[in-house]
Formats: sequence, C-alpha cells, structure tokens
Amino acid sequence: MRMSNVHVREKIAFGVLFCVTLFVLTPVVIVLWIIFKNGLPALNWEFLTQMPTDGMRGGGIFPAILGTFYLVVGATLFSLPLGIFAAIYLSEYARENALTRLINLAIVNLSGVPSVVYGLFGFSLFVVFLKFGVSIVAGSLTLAIMNLPVIITATREALKGVPGYFREVSLSLGASRWQTVRHGVLPFALPGILTGTILSIARAAGETAPILFTVAAFYIPHLPKSVFDQTMALPYHLYIIATQIPNIPVSYRYGTALVLILMVLILNLSAIVVRSRFRKKYKW
Amino acid sequence: MVEKAAVSKFEVRELSVRFGGSGVLRALTLDIHEHEILGVIGPANSGKTTFLRALNRLSDLNPRMTFSGSIRLDGVDINRGMTSEALRRRVGMIFALPMPLPLSIYENIAFGPRRKGIRDRKTLNALVEESLRAAFLWDEVKDRLKTPATKLSGGQQQRLCIARALAVKPEVILFDEPCSGLDPVSTAKVEETMLQLKERYTIVLVTNNTKQAARVATRTAFFLMGELVELDATHKIFTTPADKRTDDYISGKFG
Repeated sequence: MRMSNVHVREKIAFGVLFCVTLFVLTPVVIVLWIIFKNGLPALNWEFLTQMPTDGMRGGGIFPAILGTFYLVVGATLFSLPLGIFAAIYLSEYARENALTRLINLAIVNLSGVPSVVYGLFGFSLFVVFLKFGVSIVAGSLTLAIMNLPVIITATREALKGVPGYFREVSLSLGASRWQTVRHGVLPFALPGILTGTILSIARAAGETAPILFTVAAFYIPHLPKSVFDQTMALPYHLYIIATQIPNIPVSYRYGTALVLILMVLILNLSAIVVRSRFRKKYKW
Repeated sequence: MVEKAAVSKFEVRELSVRFGGSGVLRALTLDIHEHEILGVIGPANSGKTTFLRALNRLSDLNPRMTFSGSIRLDGVDINRGMTSEALRRRVGMIFALPMPLPLSIYENIAFGPRRKGIRDRKTLNALVEESLRAAFLWDEVKDRLKTPATKLSGGQQQRLCIARALAVKPEVILFDEPCSGLDPVSTAKVEETMLQLKERYTIVLVTNNTKQAARVATRTAFFLMGELVELDATHKIFTTPADKRTDDYISGKFG
C-alpha cells in the first residue's frame, strides 16, 4: 500500500515535470511554425538580394540584411576585445577589494538595463555628443555596450571553469602571468567564451530599441557608403512594414521575420558547433 | 651534523610564513645540499607543502601570505634578487596529483621551453626526447607524442610531469607528495626516476609516506606544527632519531 503510494507520486511528479517542459517548448514551436509557413513563400533570390521597390511593397530586403550584418560585425569588433580583456583582468589579475566589487556591481546592473535606455544613451553619447551622427558607428557602439556585460560574464565564467592547477602548472614551469593566461588558461576557456559571445551577438542582431535612434533608417534608396552613413536594419524594417505600410503582402512581413530568425538561428547553431568542436579537442 | 663536503643549494634562514592570522611556518632554518634528495616528512598541517611552495614562490599566489626571513638560492635571495619566473625556471615542481594539461604529450613537454621563447622545431624535438628519456617515459610514448597526455595512465602522467619540469632545465626539483595517487608499481618507477635524477639535480621530496623518505632521501627533515624538529642523514632519522617526537612519528605513534 505504502510502496504503491510512493510509486504513484513518482509517476505524478514525472508527468507534471514532463508536461511543464513540453509547455515551454510549445510557444517556440508555434512561433517558428507560423513564421515558416507564412514567410517561406516570400523567400527567393530576389527577396534576399534586391532593393525594395513600390514603397517597400515589392522587391527585396537586401539593404536591411546588409545593415544588420554591418551592425553585428561592428558591435562584435568593439565589444569582443573590450569584454574579453576586461574579464581577463577581473578574473585573473584583480584582487578582491572595494574597486572590483564596484565593477562587479556595475556589470550586473548593466546587464539589467532595458535596451531602450541603451538606445537613448547611445543617441546622446555617440550621435550627439561625439558627433558621429545617426550612423553605423553609433549603432554598432550602442549594441557593443549592450553586449559588454553578457560577454564579460560569459568570459569570466569560462575562465573560472578552467581548473586552478592549470595556472599553477604553467607558473611552476617558469611562465609569466600573462603567458599563463595566454597559453595555460585562455585556450581552454575559449569554447565557453565563444559560445557566450556568439549568443550575445545573436541577441544584438535582433534588437530594435538600441538602433532606433542611433542608426536605423526608414528607407534609403541606396546602400550605405561609409560607416558614418545610416542604414536600414532587419528588426526595424520588420517593425515598419508591419505597422507603417498598408497593403503590403503578408508574405513580405513574415519573410522578413523569417530572415531575421534564420540569422539568429544560424548564429546560435554555430555557437553549438564551436562548443562541441572545442570540447572534443580540450578534454580534462 | 652538516657534512663538510656538501655545497648548499638553498639556504633557508629564520623563515616564517603566515596566511592571514595563522602562522604556518615558524623560524625555519635549514640548508638544502646540491645533489641530495632532502626528504621532508611530518603529519598534516606541519607546514611541509608551505615550505615547498615557498622555495619556488608559488606561495605568492595566495594574497594573504606574508613571510619573514630569507631563502637564498646559490647565495641570491629568491624574493628580492630575482623574478619569480627566473626562479621557477631554476626550481621546477611536481605536484601531488599528475596534472597534464589537456594537450598532446609533445605539447605538454614543450610548454615550458616555448614560454622561454624557444621556437625552433629541431631544438624542441631534441628537448622533448631528452626530457622524456630522463623521466624513463620515452620508450613508452615515442610513437604517440601527438596523442593527448590525459590518455596516459596515472604513473605515466606523473613521469610526464617530471619530464615536463625537466624540459625547462631546472637545477632543483620539488616533489610535493608525488606518489599519493599512484599504485605501488608506478610509485617504484617514480622513486627510481628520482634516484637517477639526484645525480644531476637537487631534489626536495615532501611525502606523507615515511617509508618513501627512508627509501630515497639522502637526508630527512621532520616537520611538526610549522617547526623543524630534526634534520639529519636519513638512516639516522630512521634508526636513532635525536628527538622523541621524531621517533614517535616514524614509529606510527601519532600522525
């Protein structure tokens, strides 16, 4: 009697946990299914490589794809070195004191700042104060700052995951502190760093608020010529064609969403591939 | 007590080490002779490992560590007269557990030399072979230098770590309980290696296994509660120790 009671409870617990997990999956599946079903008909070579026509009701979305690509690359260029070096300093060099505690607090808070606040900050600092204008540089820098706390946290976790004895072994062999970081720690933390970084880039690709005031253009009839030009970008373009332009084919809206989601998915997939590749290489 | 002919490699004078509030080593004074194996025995918390890590300044890693007194290597103060990197190139260390880096056998051995700036393939190849031979591992691994070092057995890994330390061309090698994770056969091999290395290097062996000290050490030091109780020729320590506490420890009455 008692045994079967335990057995029943076990089954109930398993069932509930399984259903909850399944429930988490459903919205993802439904969203993806709707977007794929409605967007796939729009996907063709012209859609991906041509300029928009007919007041964005026809043609392609190439300038938005290119713009998002530029922004992602720009944001990565700025945030990757800054974030990784800051994380190395914090986890390998800095000693526990009031300053490092303050820095830690700042990083935690930075990751909690709403993205629209980053947008306003980027607008006032890069666009107005530093006179970059509404431009790819200003947008990239804004996204980079938004990415920094994520990259720093991911890098620190990855560095922390490298066992302490790696450092002792390296130092005991006469390596300097930097050599130890460079050759005895960093290579083994790289999979974690890359995974965190790529995920943060994927997030940046889909952000709308930070680029709203700093770079994104409603419509430009030509491609950006320099980093100080404005550009169209996928998330903002999606917002415009979904709300501002009447009589646009439904497939265009979903097609744009599909391209954006595919970009993010590809980035996330590459993060997984990178991680498993390195995991096989450095096992301990 | 000190043999006349012996040349001192390390001179430790009045060395006290504290971690924050608690003293771990108290006013330690002793010499380590060239080409000897100095065995260091003592119960847990006697300061053996702290002593060892002070000799290559790995103790610097603990920000709460403070010390007084001096350690001289060939007459030069290791804390004031040289950088920690220069010191550690002359004083290698083998840790309690075999700790190969997750690299190939070859790259593990080449790690130290590469950090010294040696790039030339031929020089590195020669160093790797020489070091592996000196650690009696060459014949077992010569055909698979590119395979991960973590695939080796525990005993092989520990000899790999010895080879890795040798590749830096040290003068002194510190062994921190090198056989604590090894089976008797691997232990015998590591001990055999140590006896061979004595001809060319100065060795300090910290061990929890008093019999190991009796087997390989030239002289043996007995540490207790951060103090040096006794230091003498190994056979004297194990047959007619001067201090009763030494006698009690090696006969297994405590510790």
